[in-house]
Amino acid sequence: MTVVDAESRFHVLAVDDSIIDRKLIEMLLKNSSYQVTTVDSGSKALELLGLRDEAAESSPPSSSSPDHQEIDVNLIITDYCMPGMTGYDLLKRVKGSSSLKDIPVVIMSSENVPARINRCLEDGAEEFFLKPVKLADMKKLKSHLLKKQQPRKCQPQIQPEPEQRLEAPPTQPAHRPEEALAEVTADGATTAVSDCNGSNKRKAAAMEQQEGLTPPESTKPRLSNSSLAVET
Amino acid sequence: MECYNLQRQAACLKRSLFDQGYLDEQFCQIEDLQDEASPNFTEEVVSLFFKDSARLMTNIEQAMEKNPRDFNRWDAHMQQLKGSCYSIGASRMKNECTSFRNNCGDENAEGCMRSFQKVKREHGVLRQKLESYIQLLRQAGPAETATRPGCA
Repeated sequence: MTVVDAESRFHVLAVDDSIIDRKLIEMLLKNSSYQVTTVDSGSKALELLGLRDEAAESSPPSSSSPDHQEIDVNLIITDYCMPGMTGYDLLKRVKGSSSLKDIPVVIMSSENVPARINRCLEDGAEEFFLKPVKLADMKKLKSHLLKKQQPRKCQPQIQPEPEQRLEAPPTQPAHRPEEALAEVTADGATTAVSDCNGSNKRKAAAMEQQEGLTPPESTKPRLSNSSLAVET
Repeated sequence: MECYNLQRQAACLKRSLFDQGYLDEQFCQIEDLQDEASPNFTEEVVSLFFKDSARLMTNIEQAMEKNPRDFNRWDAHMQQLKGSCYSIGASRMKNECTSFRNNCGDENAEGCMRSFQKVKREHGVLRQKLESYIQLLRQAGPAETATRPGCA
């Protein structure tokens, strides 16, 4: 099986409250031959992934409601600043879930805040993209998808082609530092005014503690839809 | 011949938008994403941008009326609008958004009012120019975007 075929099966869940950015990221991902589902909030993302937003994780899988849609995703790419649940909150929820923690998570933000970037990377994000995201950034996703290849029943086992160049694992804290500096100087000191994290961080931390372990995924119904866009 | 002229016109208009700083490189990225499968992608993104940015500007206006001196709230709204400007490559409008946010940071309500008027003005001008550009592209036909002359 060729790598191109494998790529076309990779399913990316894109989370962004901006309708423009959702359209762009969808196109970027499709152009890179990924299947895409877009949602406009972290809570919708969790719903699709099979996690409730509230601490109702202890309920058995058979109690899933009929209209509760769940999908298999190979990677989550999320905006950082979103109302309600931030991308960081979503990251923590995913990494804190036994069934989802192996899904690579990539964070995007139009604001270059090194502390924010470092925290995301330290807490499990694979990459941090500065917006606007470019087609070249999509190439970086491939290595994470292949690295995290799991023997899930919907996914074929893929061995990377010998000639394929895998990106080096992300060890550096920030991407495009030269651009980062440019961003900061262009903006001036604006980031101090609003930190979109705010109270959500405390809420997420509290919820984290309450979340029980999710049961094994084998009993959960799964739908693999292509290009399913869930928007309000 | 007709097609060639329209494409050239579109190319010239686009170049002037770049030269005058209305648009930046990001707009090219958007046009580059357009392909046979999505032949109207640029137009869709532009249309979406103006619809969404109008909504965001209304939010800001309402926030400035109903929540006087609530700079955090004003800034949060403007952050969203600025993000959209970034994403489409609306350079001048983005700069005015930055000025607004700086005024929020300085808690300068008067400055915010002035900046916001500039944001609205840039929005209006950009809308006019991009509408002309899209119109030219439409008239020039479904050929590739006006980056090079000649019909398909």
